[in-house]
Amino acid sequence: MPSMSAISPTKPSRSAASMSTLLDFRSVAMRFPNGTVALSGIDLTVNRGEFVTVVGPSGCGKSTLLRIASGLETASEGTAEVDTKRIGYVFQDATLLPWRTVQDNVELLAELTGMKPKERQVRAQEAIELVGLGGFEKNLPKELSGGMKMRTSLARSLTLEPELFLFDEPFGALDEITRERLNDELLRLFVEKQFAGLFITHSVSEAVYLSTRVVVMSGRPGSIVGTFDVPFPMPRDPDIRFTAEFAELVGEVSHALREGHS
Amino acid sequence: MSTASLIESADTAADRAASPRRQDRLTRFYSRRSSQWWPPLLVFVILVGLWYLTALYYDKTVQLPYLIPYPHLVLTMFYGDPIFTPLLYADLFNTTQVALTGLACAIIIGVGWATLMSLAKWIERSLYPYAVILQCIPILALVPLIGSLFGYEFLSRVIVATIIAIFPLVSNTLFGLQSVDRSQRELFELQGAGRFTTLAKLRFPAAMPSIFLGLRNAAGLSVVGAIVGDLFFQRGTPGLGVLIQVANARLNGPGTFAAIIIASLLGITVFLFFGWLARVVVGKWYDFG
Repeated sequence: MPSMSAISPTKPSRSAASMSTLLDFRSVAMRFPNGTVALSGIDLTVNRGEFVTVVGPSGCGKSTLLRIASGLETASEGTAEVDTKRIGYVFQDATLLPWRTVQDNVELLAELTGMKPKERQVRAQEAIELVGLGGFEKNLPKELSGGMKMRTSLARSLTLEPELFLFDEPFGALDEITRERLNDELLRLFVEKQFAGLFITHSVSEAVYLSTRVVVMSGRPGSIVGTFDVPFPMPRDPDIRFTAEFAELVGEVSHALREGHS
Repeated sequence: MSTASLIESADTAADRAASPRRQDRLTRFYSRRSSQWWPPLLVFVILVGLWYLTALYYDKTVQLPYLIPYPHLVLTMFYGDPIFTPLLYADLFNTTQVALTGLACAIIIGVGWATLMSLAKWIERSLYPYAVILQCIPILALVPLIGSLFGYEFLSRVIVATIIAIFPLVSNTLFGLQSVDRSQRELFELQGAGRFTTLAKLRFPAAMPSIFLGLRNAAGLSVVGAIVGDLFFQRGTPGLGVLIQVANARLNGPGTFAAIIIASLLGITVFLFFGWLARVVVGKWYDFG
């Protein structure tokens, strides 16, 4: 785990503003043993109530950012503080266990944390309903479409009631229609469950549509080249994607992305 | 077939109505299936015919009829010979017993060995070379030694069957345990799952298809091992290997052939059984090619 400051909100040394900070990266750098520098000088915070999206070209270290946040990797420089233990992590692929039914897959994480069978069953059932998979509890992953697999994966993380949800390009492999539908579902869950999100993608319009803040990264070594606040209110109207303001913001982010890339 | 019915049930009625071509395809699929039984049967008839011709040649021209006996004489050995038939089945029973005991030992030792190796890289590095060495030793060279160490009876037969059958189990189990996706392993790591939880809930289930493929090969090999053991160890309760030798030495052509055929049938049965078992246990979620 990265240096976890598991400080209770009442601890006096923390200001009111930082109390709502769930993730705090300060000049984080990542250098792998083989010499490649994946990240350098990353300053990034995610507060409660925020949904932050990171866009950047492939190989710019976006995923490394998440891996550090989740504790799978440790930053080689700087401080990476995560102020909660309830972290949800959604992988690029659904990572379902093919021998388990939807119900049993959704129960998996709760099972690994040692939750009682009764309780995790109830939680899994709730999560399954929440992602719209009711009626598919007994199905095996191979009988599901790509979108349904992702929904199962989302439900699995939801059983942990995460405060911070990390998404590593979860919808990248899905077709556009499924992707848009899942974006809407994700926004609904964000509003309903009030987790903070850190979402990695390489789709600019997905980034703008989903988030309260867009962070633009450039590659080699990965660094932040721009940050954009997204002014559209939550819950978000799907039709917002066809407004001029939306298009303008997408244009600005794309521009920053291209500038950072050159 | 179960796959077809699964496809069927997954689709909605509307879907099916929308694609009449699909129906055609299914019909063709089934007719292809049902027409599959006759080509092998035809080959079988041709082979038996050739066998008769060869037997005729050995009978009339070479005048050594016991070298290649007529098929119907071989067939009578399976049910009608007052001395040979009971012997055949008693020995089949003994060989089966040796093969299955050897297989059971190979499963326990082989899967255990591979599991141990999968627990840590250093254990694997220390132990895997020996699995390879075991595979490379010409086992027939070891057999006389096994006999003088452990006697020329049941125990030695089982040891030979075990050694011959064990390698596919070790390598397939190890391969299966290591074939788990990185992201799946990380999923467990993120929840703080320990080595043994990960083994029990992720690695082992994921390795099952691979273990079953190894088991199927090992089962066939255990029959080979049981018969090889017989060829060297003549004491105790003899099996089909001894029967083949004795029948051959007494110029009992039909008996030799019957014993060889029943040994082959034992190998085939064991192979098919474990193939079937694999489908029952993991076929629900894993498609064997």
